[in-house]
Amino acid sequence: MDRVRKEWLLNTALAGALFAVPLWALMAGEPFIITLATRIAILAIAAVGLNIALGLGGMVSFGHALYFGLGGYVAGIAAHHAFHGTPVLGLPGSNQMLPIWAIAMVASGALAGIVGALSLRTSGIFFIMITLAFAQMGFFFTLSWPAYGGEDGLPIFMRNQFPGLNTARPWDMFLIAYGVLLLALGLFAMLRAARFGAALMAIRQNPDRAAAIGISPFGIRLVGFILSGMITGLAGAMMADLTRFVSPAMMAWTMSGELIVIIILGGVGRLFGPVAGAAILVGFEVFFGGLTEHWQFWLGLVLLAVVLFARGGLVGLIAGRARNV
Amino acid sequence: MTLALVLEQLLNGVQFGLMLFLMSAGLTLVFGVMGLINLAHGSLYMIGAFCCAAIAAVTGNFWLGLIAGIAAAAAAGALIEVVVIRRLYARDHLDQVLATFALILILSEGVRMIFGPRPLYLNVPDMLRGSVNLGIVDYSLYRLALIVFGLLVALGLWLLISKTRLGIQIRAGESDREMIAALGVNIRWLYTVVFALGAALAGLAGALVGAIQSVQVGMGEPVLILAFVVIVIGGIGSIKGAMVGALLVGVIDTMGRFLLPRFFATFLDTSQAMGVGAALASMLIYLLMALVLIFRPKGLFPAHG
Repeated sequence: MDRVRKEWLLNTALAGALFAVPLWALMAGEPFIITLATRIAILAIAAVGLNIALGLGGMVSFGHALYFGLGGYVAGIAAHHAFHGTPVLGLPGSNQMLPIWAIAMVASGALAGIVGALSLRTSGIFFIMITLAFAQMGFFFTLSWPAYGGEDGLPIFMRNQFPGLNTARPWDMFLIAYGVLLLALGLFAMLRAARFGAALMAIRQNPDRAAAIGISPFGIRLVGFILSGMITGLAGAMMADLTRFVSPAMMAWTMSGELIVIIILGGVGRLFGPVAGAAILVGFEVFFGGLTEHWQFWLGLVLLAVVLFARGGLVGLIAGRARNV
Repeated sequence: MTLALVLEQLLNGVQFGLMLFLMSAGLTLVFGVMGLINLAHGSLYMIGAFCCAAIAAVTGNFWLGLIAGIAAAAAAGALIEVVVIRRLYARDHLDQVLATFALILILSEGVRMIFGPRPLYLNVPDMLRGSVNLGIVDYSLYRLALIVFGLLVALGLWLLISKTRLGIQIRAGESDREMIAALGVNIRWLYTVVFALGAALAGLAGALVGAIQSVQVGMGEPVLILAFVVIVIGGIGSIKGAMVGALLVGVIDTMGRFLLPRFFATFLDTSQAMGVGAALASMLIYLLMALVLIFRPKGLFPAHG
């Protein structure tokens, strides 16, 4: 079986399993497992966003928690004002997911535009550190800004609404997350196959040669970075709704690290890498977290082994190395 | 707001800066010589603090604890270098970030397994208790000792790097790795020594700071991120840059937290001024780092031209 076919089969299996397991849980009356699958799907969306910057563009952003947290705060603040019936920036609050998502994506995209425009002037370790610095700024800002809970965070009393579904039910919430995940994956596949994706990958491999054939590295990378931030911001808004809580922890540097870990565990630049990685991470946490309180020790060992010996992650391990990395 | 208060905060800023320098020196050396990003440097700081607190509690002697903390951090550093870090020199930054992120998880949980989940407490040694009169301000003797100690270590490090054979090899390693290997220097051994030296400095900082803060798992990561800010501002690989960056970050952070709320209080009501001031103060050094990177993308003192 060739690699492309193997990867296609693996992707289908992953997408099928992520739907079938919560469906089984719905039949068996296990809402906890449905919520777990929803968490996997939302983390996977966030990582699909990062995968555009990291996997396609080779931009190692160590600060994507900034957009994840911003999306979360957009959902939290909108719901907070809708709940109290007070205006925010002259607009009424909202408890509707669709407009909240739109605002979360616009806000994250705008912030990613600013951060990207400044950070992309640097490269290598400096890029890693400056993206981290911007995320830390956001983290400390939310931590010490008292209006929306500061370090205590901001609860969302009622989950925001989605037309035609009852978001309070775990299964409905899962369907929303799963649907958005498929859309995000579709977008990633389209980007990768399009001229834009080819340009982004060419720049990752050699910026000078890309410039020599008429591709502007800065512009293409910036657009990739903005798209990446928008999708991660959308995931943040959904995660806030799932946990009904937003706190500065969503912007912590460990969250940025976790998103990178998800991509590495799954496979950098691979379409379903984020899905596989999110499933491994959440599965590991739930399974080993139930066995020992020191599960992070074992996660560290596994991660170390993957980085040292199994480059390419789970998708790479099963379907072989990608053609173009 | 009196002059005495300002002076006290300024000294606190310098003391904080010098402790950051101990952290940053190792980080910048490891990056300069081996080209490695080491996120686990904060864990070595934590190991130093925990071993110092544990030995000081058993023996009742802070100085024995301090020596134990430095030795434990250096030993842990050497072990980590030989087992893991050595495999990462040829890898890209992404792999280095991830592998050392994994080391943070392993070391943090490892320390929690050995020492338990509760924080340890480390007392200031008896001879450095109390305060000392500096003319217009009574200042904590221990913090003053940290300033003196930090300056002495910086001087020692400068002598080591500029005057000794090891220092020559380190500087040669920074400018051309292949060449000094070709000239017959055992480069693997040199890497292990540099890594252990950086680890010892981190352990020293952890043990010293442990006496004025609580010793707990996770104490290393905030300091680690600040140390990264320091070396990025100073120029990665440059010891002089680390010194300047550390003092800048230490003083600006401390003075920002002290002055900004008071500044906003002149035209906002007190609780609002506290909120805005604190929020801005905590972002100040990251703002400084962003500004430095925008105008001097390689930091203030670029190590390689």
